[in-house]
Amino acid sequence: MTEPLFIVSREDWSLHRKGYEDQSRHQQRVKEALRKNLSDIVSDESIILSDGRKQVRVPIRSLDEFRFRFNFNKNKHVGQGDGDSQVGDVIGRDPQPNQGGRGDSGAGDSPGEDVYETDVDMQELENVLFEDWELPDLKRKENKLVKTDYTRFTDVRKKGMMANIDRKRTLLENLRRNAMRGVHGFGGITPDDLRFKTWETVERPESNALIIAMMDTSGSMGSFEKYCARSFFFWMTRFLRRKYEHVEIVFIAHHTEAREVTEEEFFTKGESGGTICSSAYLKAIELIDTRYPPSQYNIYPFHFSDGDNLTSDNDRCIKLIRELLQRANMFGYGEVNQYNRSSTLMSAYRSLNEPGFMYSIIKEKGEVLKALRTFFAKKDSVGG
Amino acid sequence: MRAEEQKQLEKAIEEITEIARGFGLDFYPMRYEICPADIIYTFGAYGMPTRFNHWSFGKQFHKMKLHYDLGLSKIYELVINSNPCYAFLLDGNSLIQNKLIVAHVLAHCDFFKNNARFSRTNRNMVESMSATAERIRGYEIEYGTDAVEQFLDAVLAIQEHVDPALTRPTRPAAQKREEPRKEKSAPAAASKYDDLWSLDQDDAAEDAADAEKTRFPEKPEKDLLWFIEQHARDLEDWQRDILTVMREEMLYFWPQLETKIMNEGWASYWHIRIMRELDLTPEETIEYSKLNSSVVVPSRGSINPYYLGYKIFEDIEKRYGRDYMFEVRELDSDQSFLRNYLTKELVEDLDLFVFEKRGNEWLITEKAWERVRDQLVASRVNGGFPVIQVWDGDYIKNGELYLKHEYDGTELDVKYLERTLPYVQQLWGRTVHLETIIEDKKIVFTYDGKKHHRRFL
Repeated sequence: MTEPLFIVSREDWSLHRKGYEDQSRHQQRVKEALRKNLSDIVSDESIILSDGRKQVRVPIRSLDEFRFRFNFNKNKHVGQGDGDSQVGDVIGRDPQPNQGGRGDSGAGDSPGEDVYETDVDMQELENVLFEDWELPDLKRKENKLVKTDYTRFTDVRKKGMMANIDRKRTLLENLRRNAMRGVHGFGGITPDDLRFKTWETVERPESNALIIAMMDTSGSMGSFEKYCARSFFFWMTRFLRRKYEHVEIVFIAHHTEAREVTEEEFFTKGESGGTICSSAYLKAIELIDTRYPPSQYNIYPFHFSDGDNLTSDNDRCIKLIRELLQRANMFGYGEVNQYNRSSTLMSAYRSLNEPGFMYSIIKEKGEVLKALRTFFAKKDSVGG
Repeated sequence: MRAEEQKQLEKAIEEITEIARGFGLDFYPMRYEICPADIIYTFGAYGMPTRFNHWSFGKQFHKMKLHYDLGLSKIYELVINSNPCYAFLLDGNSLIQNKLIVAHVLAHCDFFKNNARFSRTNRNMVESMSATAERIRGYEIEYGTDAVEQFLDAVLAIQEHVDPALTRPTRPAAQKREEPRKEKSAPAAASKYDDLWSLDQDDAAEDAADAEKTRFPEKPEKDLLWFIEQHARDLEDWQRDILTVMREEMLYFWPQLETKIMNEGWASYWHIRIMRELDLTPEETIEYSKLNSSVVVPSRGSINPYYLGYKIFEDIEKRYGRDYMFEVRELDSDQSFLRNYLTKELVEDLDLFVFEKRGNEWLITEKAWERVRDQLVASRVNGGFPVIQVWDGDYIKNGELYLKHEYDGTELDVKYLERTLPYVQQLWGRTVHLETIIEDKKIVFTYDGKKHHRRFL
């Protein structure tokens, strides 16, 4: 017989996993790229403003498959119409190139630097980001002091409130009893069949954290400075939420005097005038003493400023920081200093040698990550 | 699929095969394989069931599979240019869907077998790629997955830059650039050619001529993969091997890139013609028509190759007869196919137009049929890829690589260019340059292993 013209077959493909193997290799590369691009991602506006979304678009600079190709936008193309197309018809529009403004200064020097974006789970991003973070060496709160009661259903009993009846078990009992009598199926539920769920009360130590976000809102703080602070607080809050059950954040804005404000005001309102940082610290101490007893809260005061402080106020600041540190777990000072000036506040703080006091200087957006790492990186892994 | 269904399918295939042969289609023996969606999509992403592993295929697979899962797109079949010819049918296709697909696939196979562009393709590529994948796996074990992956990343970035010309002679193993010089100093035996030695006395003139002669390569070389494989200094054997096989794979795929519109048009023409010969119930006819119209559908914005190719072939048949159609499928590629047979009537009938970007709007800028045709032909030059040639493999006598983009009015994507150059540099091992034209100015992009430079000429 000659070779058949055709054969129809059907093999078992269940072991053919190639596509999935390479797909997972690709995902692994996405993860590596995330790690490499963290400093861009941390200061990416769309994520900071994505509040609540589970999936975020993340810019990744190294995952496209690059090759020599034509510039699509400058090329002519051939298309097909419905039969009545005319010269001059608009067949499509590109979205406005400036999507949400990636900040007017900083990254991206060449025009049209578009970046390969990929959808990533916020959860996964946090896993990568917080991988080597920890809370700095802290005084252990006597958290036994703070307890909450909650109930846990753990047991099944024959007596109880009808509201807590365990339907499934009750029916099972009925079925079993009927079967013993040789009767098939449900029917005739007696009090003997009833089963109730019962609970016990469990005491659980509560862990609370309080972030006191302080920021200089005087005239010298521009949108760049505020943006850096905003990114910083965004990620800090996320991180503390993983460590503590409840994380509260209060906002204190200050210029020459300080007041508690809403988040909205904190990041958007600007005021003119000079700067007296100690006003914010005083306000923080006042808040702690009136509302947030240190016995119940792990307190994290962080202050962002451009370093322009009234020189005569510096000593007072140092004194107040020492006082705050008696109440707080740590004190962080972040200076957003685009132009690399030497600032009055920084020169005072450099000599402040107090465990629990840390500072970091942010010169550009990408350094927000550096600042976060200064405060939260595992101490043995600090290096770069 | 139960045995009963498979029997029905076999019966249908037998009938369709007979009809196709009656029409004069000339194909290889067929191997139909019914497989589940993720397998079809794997093959779609890799281009071949046996191809080597790489993350970029995984990315593609994921994207295609996602579209399928979301109901956005569906691949019904996949056909491989090989002898015997493998066709993969999606498990779950209805009988009538499979009938259309089988008719479609037979015409593809006829095209593979008879179109001149495919005449040099390796018909045992399924096995060759399988062997390649095996070797690459071996290299991964020997040299490390990362090293192999990094190398593959670089090669895949320039994989289209081969020379697929059918007239290109098979390459001599190596074209060593020192050779001309050696010839000169070789002592010639005393003979009747002695008078030629007198030429040597004119040393100055000779040197000038020599410089010209030792241009390296002598003529601009389009086959970048080949050139690197032959002349890069620091590549190891396994790396040269990978370059060789990647080039072979690209040469295998190349005719498919060059005949996309023709090949799909041909297959669509024949599945429609063959289906007409079948006895279909009214229900089957409706199902067939639905599927057919989803395949051969005009699309706005871009061109549907199935539809355009089908329309042109139909027109050729009308004007020149069926025998001539078979001639066209043998001799043409998309470029000549469009240039010769896309007529004024077709352009107007199909409402084709040229569009481009003005500001942030995409505007229709041209409807004159010659312009539309020429633009479409231009977009098919070199499979739609930029032509890049090696102009100097020893630039400034420093072993640097000087590439030149053959600018034909279409600019390169600068960002992609600057991201791709490092891959070339990685392969070449020394500084690479690429000359092109941006906004009417000649410009050279350079990457030296650390930094990018741009320089206007």
